[in-house]
Amino acid sequence: MADEKKLFKVTIDNITIEVEPGTTILNAARSIGGEVAPPAMCYYSKLKNSGGKCRTCLVEVAAGSTADPRPMPKLVASCRTTVMDGMIVKNITSERVIDARAGVTEFLLLNHPLDCPICDQAGECHLQDLSYEHGKEGTRFEFQKRTFKKHDLGEYIQLHMTRCILCYRCVFVADQLTQKRAHGILDRGDHSEIATYIEKSLDNDFIGNVIDVCPVGALTDKTFRFKNRVWFTKPVDAHRNCSKCCGEVQLWMRGDEVFRVTARKDEWGEVKDATDGRPGWICNECRFEKKDLKDWTIDGPTKVNRHSVISQGHYVGVQMPKDFLPEVMGGRGPKLLMDIHKVSEVNRPEIELSKIDGPAHGDDFAGAKQ
Amino acid sequence: MQTLTNRAKPVDRHPMTRMEKLYLPAIAKGMGITLKHFFKKKVTIQYPEEKRPFSPVFRGLHVLNRDEDGRERCTACGLCAVACPAEAITMEAAEREPGEENLYREEKYAAKYEINMLRCIFCGLCEEACPKDAIYLSETFAPANFKREGFIYGKNDLLIPDPVKEPELYQKALGSRAKKS
Repeated sequence: MADEKKLFKVTIDNITIEVEPGTTILNAARSIGGEVAPPAMCYYSKLKNSGGKCRTCLVEVAAGSTADPRPMPKLVASCRTTVMDGMIVKNITSERVIDARAGVTEFLLLNHPLDCPICDQAGECHLQDLSYEHGKEGTRFEFQKRTFKKHDLGEYIQLHMTRCILCYRCVFVADQLTQKRAHGILDRGDHSEIATYIEKSLDNDFIGNVIDVCPVGALTDKTFRFKNRVWFTKPVDAHRNCSKCCGEVQLWMRGDEVFRVTARKDEWGEVKDATDGRPGWICNECRFEKKDLKDWTIDGPTKVNRHSVISQGHYVGVQMPKDFLPEVMGGRGPKLLMDIHKVSEVNRPEIELSKIDGPAHGDDFAGAKQ
Repeated sequence: MQTLTNRAKPVDRHPMTRMEKLYLPAIAKGMGITLKHFFKKKVTIQYPEEKRPFSPVFRGLHVLNRDEDGRERCTACGLCAVACPAEAITMEAAEREPGEENLYREEKYAAKYEINMLRCIFCGLCEEACPKDAIYLSETFAPANFKREGFIYGKNDLLIPDPVKEPELYQKALGSRAKKS
């Protein structure tokens, strides 16, 4: 049976590939890669049953299959539609898709607050990327955005319900990764919100992964809260021997301080499988409690896409220019030099931000040399 | 040698005539030119008593702005620092605590904000990048200093005076180009 497996031929944006039956259009497009792959806010390949909610991955099916080449009347969600043999799909080549995606983006942004300057997800936010690439410039929404009262998701996870786009990814994580699901979605429609049912604390070892799967800044790391912007930290691949998880993580560092620990992500922003094939989910201990460089073995800097804001200021292959001064001055160095670290109030060695549990406050900086 | 333009003038090297050797006519001519300038409009001004008006696009020393209630506008989003081509701006953020709402406009604020004026090239990209209207370039120069340490400007040096407590100083710091609103 295996050697006679029939492959389906599918054409996406005029690129023809062969995929196994049962593959979704989205995954077929992802195997081509690049701009052909539709954006996805709710679909997450590592989570079963995810997808079909956000509608950003809508594509046009110009011909259903070789047997029935009629086009599908409406745009279909590519994460939930499987390919047929001879299917012709239009993604970025279709005006309808681009128009629909701009509309979906506008809807997703209706109730999303414009607080990117404060949000810790800014810079690695999928909604930011989506609105930048597919959204319209202005807004037509003239009403009050919905707000929620604050929910406490334990000491490690910060929930900003106003930023949530209801992708349900975190609910699937809680459902599939942890034994007991203690959080879900309450209410309906405009009022629906992610909540822990009757203030049950989320004390599962793997609950921290909801931070990684969240496409927006609704679920963020409290231990990293306001510590630094992601593009000023250096992402470094590291590992440690962990009894609970694969232990392969990404450290977000400033100097020798570990500001944040996350799982490693692939090019679609999803958690990468570990090198031994295990899922790359990491446990809470690795994520929240190991903020010391001594806990980790560094594998090397993470390769960051050149077009990502995270790659700003990461100069690769820079060579220190030769210091000509001593040569010109007859062997003696310059007498008047300023060491910026003696003057600067930023990044004082006596304030270790990574050792502070939550966000820093005014008094955390009070002890610094003025 | 081929010249770039045809305006080049060969140097006159002929021996001086008797009249020219007297020098007196030349001196008189030179004095005449000097005298003429006494009655012309002066091109210099008496700085610092007199000051020239700034051009409407002049980019001077940075100011960290406050809102109408005197709260700091900056939320330490880091966009000015990421936009800065000279990498002169650094900052550290902190969370606003209950009771500090009259000091800071947003949930997050810059606990430390520093501009290295030695690195700054006054390009104004920080002003353009700022989503909160918190930083702008004013109509002043960075004053001279004897030591380089004096050019590392912290929040105390950059913050505009409080419009509620010190309205005159605030108006002065706003300058003549401030939006009339």
